[in-house]
Amino acid sequence: MNTRDLKRLAGGRESDRRSEAAATAVAAAAADHGLLDVALGTTDSPVGELLLAVTPRGLAYVAFDDEERDELLERLARRLSPRILEHRAATDEVRRQLDEYFEGERSRFELKLDRRLMRGIARDVLTATARVPFGRTTTYGRIAERIGRPRASRAVGNALGSNPIPIVVPCHRVLRSGGDVGGYAGGPERKRRLLRLEGALTG
Amino acid sequence: MELPPFQAFMEQHRGTVYRFLAAAVGPDGADDCFQETFLAALRAYPRLTDTSRLDRWILRIASRKAIDHHRATGRRAVPTGDVPERPVAPAGSPEFDGELSAAVASLPPKQRLAVVHRHVLDRSYADVADILGTSEEAARANVYQGVKRLRELMT
Repeated sequence: MNTRDLKRLAGGRESDRRSEAAATAVAAAAADHGLLDVALGTTDSPVGELLLAVTPRGLAYVAFDDEERDELLERLARRLSPRILEHRAATDEVRRQLDEYFEGERSRFELKLDRRLMRGIARDVLTATARVPFGRTTTYGRIAERIGRPRASRAVGNALGSNPIPIVVPCHRVLRSGGDVGGYAGGPERKRRLLRLEGALTG
Repeated sequence: MELPPFQAFMEQHRGTVYRFLAAAVGPDGADDCFQETFLAALRAYPRLTDTSRLDRWILRIASRKAIDHHRATGRRAVPTGDVPERPVAPAGSPEFDGELSAAVASLPPKQRLAVVHRHVLDRSYADVADILGTSEEAARANVYQGVKRLRELMT
């Protein structure tokens, strides 16, 4: 026997293939054991693939596909927990409601939200934004008034730009006064697309 | 260094851990040991303070699970000169070598794990020693004795 023969015991590519399936099983077992703090899943949508991050408290993050994935996971690890795994099943309910929304069959999300990634004024801004109904729009200034800081429309804009849960917390419904759609974390084109989908913007 | 997201950590090490377990406990026990290894790692993960050698850390856990597995299945070193009976190779996995696998399984735990870390995963003796919690000298001796025994069994 040559010690090189021992390499065969590692199972080669077969082991690599099996380790992928085994890793998926680890995520499911981790969820069963209460060891999974952040579950990741993806969904297709008319505004591109969305990455969803769900914690036991609720939906914490929705990312557009132009956000760099490794960096995002590192940020979630720092700010929520490093116990992050891909576990699609935990994101099923979010995916179902998003599908219904994009198919025009849902105008309100009924999801628990994990607001830990919203900080300071952003929490108030996004809570006020969550009350803007489907198909309607408002302005940065109005949101600023609603949270009792009428001169803070710039801060409102920044808070909306850092919305960790876009689409579900509908920051796309907040426009610049004068009708310009204004900025959007996912780019103004996505914002227009969502507004058209809701019938809030024509053309 | 900051603790990487567990997903990235598992992606990086899952192949090595699986190869280690396939060799150390055989392809049939590898799935269960793999899951126990990464669940144990996940349990301890947020409290990890030394993030410099996560590769050694996960192989340390996997080594413990491999020993537990052998204890549970009652396989021990049998001091006979006979070549162990060749187990049936699992269907669809021709890459696994049953006879050699059985010979490795018959080694005492420390020799078995030392041989696998050294000759299957190509780890340095410093790594083998650290992973198995022995001196480097003991790691060399375990590898040497293990290989010697395998040569006897496989001739």
